[in-house]
Amino acid sequence: MTRKARGQTGSVEVASPSLVDLYAQMLRIRRFEERCAQLYSAERIRGFVHLYIGQEAVAAGLLANLTEEDAVVATYREHGHALARGVPMPAVMAEMFGRLEGACRGRGGSMHLFHAPTRFYGGNAIVGAGLPLAVGLALADSMQGRRRVTACFFGEGAMAEGAFHEAMNLAALWRLPVLFCCENNHYAMGTALDRSQSQVNLAVKAAAYEIPAWTCDGMDVTAVWEAARRAIAIIRGGGGPVFLEAATFRFRAHSMYDPDRYRDKSEIDHWKERDPLLLCGQLIHESGVATWEDLASIDASVCTEVDDAVAYADAGSLESVEDLTTFVLTPARA
Amino acid sequence: MTTYRDAIRESIRDALTRDDRVFLMGEDVGRYGGAFAVSLGLLEEFGESRIRDTPLSEAGFVGAGIGAALGGMRPIVEIMTVNFSLLALDQILNSAASILHMSGGQFNVPLVIRMTTGAGRQLAAQHSHSLECFYAHIPGLRVLAPATLADARGMLWTALEDPDPVVIFEHGTLYNLEGELPSDAGVVDIHSAAVRRPGTDVTLITYGGSLPTCLSAAEALAAEGISAEVIDLRVLRPMDDETVYESVCRTHRAIAVDEGWRSVGLTAEMAARVSENCFYDLDAPIGRVATVEVPIPYAKHLEQAALPGCQRIVDAARQAVGVHG
Amino acid sequence: MGDFRMPSLGADMSEGTLLEWHVHPGDAVHRGDIIATVDTSKSAIDIEVFEDGQVEELLVAPGATVAVGTPIARISDGGLHRDVRAPEAQSPLAPSPEAQSPAAEAPKVTAPAVESPAAEKVVVGRPHASPLARRRAAELGIDLGYVQPARRDGVIGVGDVDARAAEIAAAASTATVTVPPAPAERPTREPRQAPKRDEAAMRQAIASLMARSKREIPHYYCQQAVDLHLALAWLQAENSRRPVAERILPAALLLKAAARAARSVPEINGFCVDGSFTASARVHLGVAVSLRGGGLIAPALLDADDLPLAELMTRMKDLVTRARGGRLKASEMSDATVTVTNLGEQGVESVLGVIYPPQVAVIGFGRIAERPWAVDGMLTVRPVVTVTLAADHRVSDGHRGGQALAAIEAALQAPENL
Repeated sequence: MTRKARGQTGSVEVASPSLVDLYAQMLRIRRFEERCAQLYSAERIRGFVHLYIGQEAVAAGLLANLTEEDAVVATYREHGHALARGVPMPAVMAEMFGRLEGACRGRGGSMHLFHAPTRFYGGNAIVGAGLPLAVGLALADSMQGRRRVTACFFGEGAMAEGAFHEAMNLAALWRLPVLFCCENNHYAMGTALDRSQSQVNLAVKAAAYEIPAWTCDGMDVTAVWEAARRAIAIIRGGGGPVFLEAATFRFRAHSMYDPDRYRDKSEIDHWKERDPLLLCGQLIHESGVATWEDLASIDASVCTEVDDAVAYADAGSLESVEDLTTFVLTPARA
Repeated sequence: MTTYRDAIRESIRDALTRDDRVFLMGEDVGRYGGAFAVSLGLLEEFGESRIRDTPLSEAGFVGAGIGAALGGMRPIVEIMTVNFSLLALDQILNSAASILHMSGGQFNVPLVIRMTTGAGRQLAAQHSHSLECFYAHIPGLRVLAPATLADARGMLWTALEDPDPVVIFEHGTLYNLEGELPSDAGVVDIHSAAVRRPGTDVTLITYGGSLPTCLSAAEALAAEGISAEVIDLRVLRPMDDETVYESVCRTHRAIAVDEGWRSVGLTAEMAARVSENCFYDLDAPIGRVATVEVPIPYAKHLEQAALPGCQRIVDAARQAVGVHG
Repeated sequence: MGDFRMPSLGADMSEGTLLEWHVHPGDAVHRGDIIATVDTSKSAIDIEVFEDGQVEELLVAPGATVAVGTPIARISDGGLHRDVRAPEAQSPLAPSPEAQSPAAEAPKVTAPAVESPAAEKVVVGRPHASPLARRRAAELGIDLGYVQPARRDGVIGVGDVDARAAEIAAAASTATVTVPPAPAERPTREPRQAPKRDEAAMRQAIASLMARSKREIPHYYCQQAVDLHLALAWLQAENSRRPVAERILPAALLLKAAARAARSVPEINGFCVDGSFTASARVHLGVAVSLRGGGLIAPALLDADDLPLAELMTRMKDLVTRARGGRLKASEMSDATVTVTNLGEQGVESVLGVIYPPQVAVIGFGRIAERPWAVDGMLTVRPVVTVTLAADHRVSDGHRGGQALAAIEAALQAPENL
């Protein structure tokens, strides 16, 4: 709702979003996912559902910097990225419902949202596997002389995977336009970062590949936006890939199945004090660009949007079983 | 005279010339000229951008190939051997083969992966296996096995034109295969099997590196009065069943030959399909000749003992026609 | 003795259906005892045991159809005394009245008959045949039970079915010329509840065997007219001394003469297997018996050359009765060393038979008819029979065949010695 690209080549500049826009974007994600949790409990949504609540500032802040030409590669915790990237909410919800009207005809579900019009390349549930893919997308852009950026989201858990290191190396070696965004929510499923990786300073790992790398506050949408803006400027300027760590926290369990035994409630409460919506709302209030009442009215319209998405999904149809094997290979080879 | 290696090189050169979206990427494909000298000279001709040496990171560069294909390129990714390809199996299965279906038909992955397969060169247990069946198992892939100069020359372009990921297996012992290739040799289809030798008594179903062995076996059988038809599958996925069925329904006997292991392998698949579809035309149980179930050993005599040699094929064919050796 | 196996009761039998056990576990059995009745495509046949012992276990239940060679009982040595009686010296065990009725004893599925005594075969009830062979057989209406496998593993292939089809075609064309003296009868695949002869199946069995005979055996033929006035005069005198019920028919005389000839010319008495001939020391005369429902069977008159005429006559009548009643002993079904076919009753002038493999000769008798006959330059009228011999050229030549016929004639000229 806020992205605007100016120009396809030469200098690419994206209009700065307003604080209210960023707030609204985060709230869309928050309300959408809250409804997902509810619908999951009511058995309307099944499978694995990984909620992004608490991390909304990362997707909202970073993706506000992309143009329509750019590409996004995300993880299985990608509802927020999809929504912030502009995948229509009804298509996302219908996908969660397994409906033909879903973004992927109900074949992908929560973990595999793809959307060609917004160049949203999933939706990848193999931890770390999206990184080489992002490298390839950037390679294609690089070889074809396009000044696009591929934004690749992954968690800190992925940084223990070989694919992370292979992708870092390739991207750096070939100076490819990838923004590697590590959303460090401090737990790889149930395993804390310091229990799984010898180097907990994540930016240092990326820097080992001669990649510019730094950390930002992943709970502050303005900080993420600013950090990403800087990173993308480097990338579009031909400076090769950038690594950005966004320190964040998920407020809910890993998935709907997760009893969340591995974290202290006090730790969660501590992070909730810095809820990105709270921080952003305070900033809006303090800066006077909008009132609490304005924000409440945004909330009301977001809730309507979610209601509409649910209604759309609910009214959706099921793909014919006869089409089960359609798109295993491209139909009707030409 | 042309070699199989030359034919593949020519097909790559041709593709690079015809379409600037095509590029070759893999370990030592550039400066080194390819581990099997397939791409020798191409770096000089096409430059580093299109003949792209990669680090030793199969998952990384295969994944990058998938991404590049999604991004509009037509990458040819070379993996040195099928054993190494296992490092990239996740990318091939979970991404390349799955994305089209998983995305509801939104994203094609027009990627070609070439790799060497097979034993016979005393390269022991980590460079010699025939794991074609791993890939032939995966919906969403096309799997090719050129066994002739014409296929080595002609399959690549057709594969690159295909909107879906294609895996091409080149048997290591075929690279030095010599023969005449017409100067106008061109593209070939990648959906049909081919009858390489007609016969009436038994059908030998095979592909890739086992094709020459089967042709030798057919020659030996002919000397005994047994007329063996030899089918080169060419395409391991999706298999051209009709050519096979047509043949077996004529000869009424089938022997499946594969350099992969026997259990749960391609011979099992061929035998199952034939029995499902040709049961009432079968006049003998379907025979299978495959590699002995060991990691391929280094010592030449052991390696040869493990592989499906001519004699084992002859024996199986004799048994099928009811003449025991 | 260990396993007692489903015997092969003919060159065309591959399996049998056990109809009835005549023994129980623990029973002592003696060589020659009838221990079971088995149904083949031909008839219900009593199975005899060939050694002494004790029944340990019955492995196959009545009603089961098993391949030839399948163990059907376990019989131990049991430390019993040896019984050296020849099997043919024993009369069949007196069967229960119920068991004597073929209708009552055969409410079981009868097996098709084929030749293929693969003893190691363990298939139960169904010949091994390729799927294509089965399909082709179904298309051509051929019973796989009669198909002879060429493969060494005994599996019937499509080629075997095609060969069988050719045999049937060939047999159909030769059947009008020669009357097979030999074997076969009795049905295949009868419904369980209502056994009745399947004439088509029997025809098929006859056709199969006779076609094989014509295919494999190079027949040659001799014939000779024999003056029977001495023989019949002697017989008349002999019969005048006998009660009516014990009178001897000329046919017995002819059989005896044939048996004697077979003894004196061993090349027509024995078996030729895989091209190798083994003469038989004993003469078991196969007697072609036409069955009321059609078809033929040729059970053996054991040691016919040694039987006194009266005994031979008795045995012959018994054999014909039992053959037509479907109750023959196994050895009678399989042991004939040479076959005789006598079509005199039908008024046939002469008959040139087809050899029943693996036998090597068939002797034919036509009707005894008065004919003009020259003796010492004078024309007279004599009772004359035309005796024929069809013999296997792989084993003997016309010269020996002629000697066999001469031996028959000589025997009939000295009936007092028969």
